[in-house]
Amino acid sequence: MPNKTFFWFFLPTGLAMILFIGLPIISTGIQSFYAQHDQVVKEVKKCDPFGCTVSIVVDNEETSKIREAKPLGKFNGFGTYTDRNHLAVDEIKKFWNETESFGAFVDQVTNLPFYKALIFTLTYCLFVTPNVLLLGFIIALSLNAVARKIRGPLIFGTILPMIVTPLVGSLVLFWMIDSQGIIGANIQNLMNDPYLSLKSSKTLTWITIIIYGIWHHSPFAFVVFYAALQTVPQEPIEAAIIDGASRIQRIKHIVLPHIYPVVTFVALISLMDNFRVFEPIIGFSAEGSAQSLSWLIYDNLVNEEVILFGSAAATSMMTIIGIAILLAPVLIRTWKEFKTAR
Amino acid sequence: MRKILVTLLFLLFGTSAFADCNIKSGSINILANDFPALRTFVETSKQCKGSADFKVTHSSEHNKIAVPALTANPSEFSARIAANSSIVPLMNQDLIRPLDDLVKKYGKGIQDSQLITIDGKVMAVAFMANTQHLYYREDVLKDLGIAIPKTYEEVVAASEKIRASGKMQYPYAAAYKAGWNLAEEFVNMFIGHGGEFFKSGSAEPNINNAKGVATLNMLKKLSELSNPDYLTHDSEAIKVEWESGNVALMTLWASRSGTLLDDEGDPNITKATKLTGPATVGGGNIPAATLWWDGFTLAKNRSDADAEATFRSLAHAASNKKMVADAADQAVWLVEGFVPGPKSIGVIEAVKMGAKPYPMLPQMGLMHGALGSEIVEFLQGKESAEQALKDVEAAYISKAKEQGFL
Repeated sequence: MPNKTFFWFFLPTGLAMILFIGLPIISTGIQSFYAQHDQVVKEVKKCDPFGCTVSIVVDNEETSKIREAKPLGKFNGFGTYTDRNHLAVDEIKKFWNETESFGAFVDQVTNLPFYKALIFTLTYCLFVTPNVLLLGFIIALSLNAVARKIRGPLIFGTILPMIVTPLVGSLVLFWMIDSQGIIGANIQNLMNDPYLSLKSSKTLTWITIIIYGIWHHSPFAFVVFYAALQTVPQEPIEAAIIDGASRIQRIKHIVLPHIYPVVTFVALISLMDNFRVFEPIIGFSAEGSAQSLSWLIYDNLVNEEVILFGSAAATSMMTIIGIAILLAPVLIRTWKEFKTAR
Repeated sequence: MRKILVTLLFLLFGTSAFADCNIKSGSINILANDFPALRTFVETSKQCKGSADFKVTHSSEHNKIAVPALTANPSEFSARIAANSSIVPLMNQDLIRPLDDLVKKYGKGIQDSQLITIDGKVMAVAFMANTQHLYYREDVLKDLGIAIPKTYEEVVAASEKIRASGKMQYPYAAAYKAGWNLAEEFVNMFIGHGGEFFKSGSAEPNINNAKGVATLNMLKKLSELSNPDYLTHDSEAIKVEWESGNVALMTLWASRSGTLLDDEGDPNITKATKLTGPATVGGGNIPAATLWWDGFTLAKNRSDADAEATFRSLAHAASNKKMVADAADQAVWLVEGFVPGPKSIGVIEAVKMGAKPYPMLPQMGLMHGALGSEIVEFLQGKESAEQALKDVEAAYISKAKEQGFL
């Protein structure tokens, strides 16, 4: 395609991307450097059906004057990024100086909300992504080998987890693992421990969410791999069979190299998706044991009666940076290959 | 003859409250939480809409849409049904209007005690009260010879006895779902211990002390007597636990009593379900509970004509004797003419015992949010009470700094 054609072809998409993705990200970025103005409060008498008390309220006249002068708020620089609820720079320095062993230091750091969320998010990514790739590939290979007649229904059944709305899927599993649900009750019987609860133990909650993640995302990898498998040329495979290559050797030396770019693509998309893990935490009501970066943003925006725009914006920016860091190795590799190919 | 007919018609259809319903213009749009009493209230006000346009949104997610919807100019809603806690963000952002003029002009049947005044200005009109109190299973307690618990220490002892008897494995329930619900339980218990959330006259936190530790220890003791999934249980979930007969003692909202005592579910459990006041804790004399009111507020960013129409129709409901008589078992109405029934025991006892209202402070929402996430690890046994309270204070301080309270 000539560059000019490409430009006109891409223009509408590009404009929409700038308008609906680029500008909001810039606006979020600017927001993250601002905090609310100092609140002007005054003591007043408050009366309700239960009696009167003297307490404080925000002085709206004064506040609106300050707000009109500076609508964005008080410039805070990286203040929000470095505070305790985000990168917690001061706290980490303090822990480093105060704690005696490295273990105690790690304990203290992982008790901070941002790092707690980061660790869960990374753990989720690290377990879910490779397993999704592996499982998706195995399913695609096996389905590719079964008789054509039953392939249709089998494919439909396999992509079902992707069709089910994430929230519904997680809710179904959530009820099954309830201590009176089918899985929960059976595990209690098996372990002979009536107090065992999949929902109250942190480790078990993490495992549940990770298994759910693998279940939910595998069909996507499967669909893409299955499509890619259809493009594998038959001649080299037949030649390999004649040469006496085993099934595993054929997959390793012919199929995998052929679909390698697709694997990279699926890995990229999976990593991005998994880094933004959110629905299962809500579906499993797992806020107590598992918090992800996306959940922190949600929490800052809706879970409190006072909305923390600065905090949410800062966490959003760090999520974007986190995804960029995670994707960097894959992107650099693709870029290098692209250059050598030219 | 004609006169008699007119009088008869008037007696049938006209009451004094209807006299004010001659609304000619304006549009009414109400945002409210979703539970039966509020539906009744809004339905009643609809009878008085006159020729105004009338819309209502009932949503349990009302807290999430209120501030953005009322910030818009003109605001999406002309009225918001709020409570002690949810009026605060509206006040902080200056989104609701004083009602003094309207009360004077159209608020004839509204009692003075219903008016929420802040700095001398009427900001809301309350119409019902709510609190969390104890529910118990009369049959279970009787069988085991346990007296009705009056303190949380007695609740613990009673629950242990029930568990030891083998009748129930997890005899106690309360809404301990991580987040808002769990924080609310902490607030109740901390107030029961006589705690103050902030150092007097400032927004500095004041919970990392002996009272805070005692509060956490009591919550932990109770959680050990609850279903192990307690961190995922909200009010609805424990209501289901109760109706399945798994629980004998429970702390739950008074506004939920209607659904517990209705005809649905096992009649034996319903029959044995009894209400009592909230418990005290740690030898204190005020109950470990907070009092709540629900009332209506009017959006500032809306025309005066809309505000007037909205006020008139809502005031009709907020002073409606027929509504409180017909729906006496749905709520503890603050409206004149309400005769408390058996389902109101909890709130009435709480008021008698001198329960405190939920603190209506501008920074309380931040404290509530910090509590909801930071005390979880203590309940899971992963950190000490002191550490958990330290974390709450630290999380609160960061948020309060960002919001400009510190």
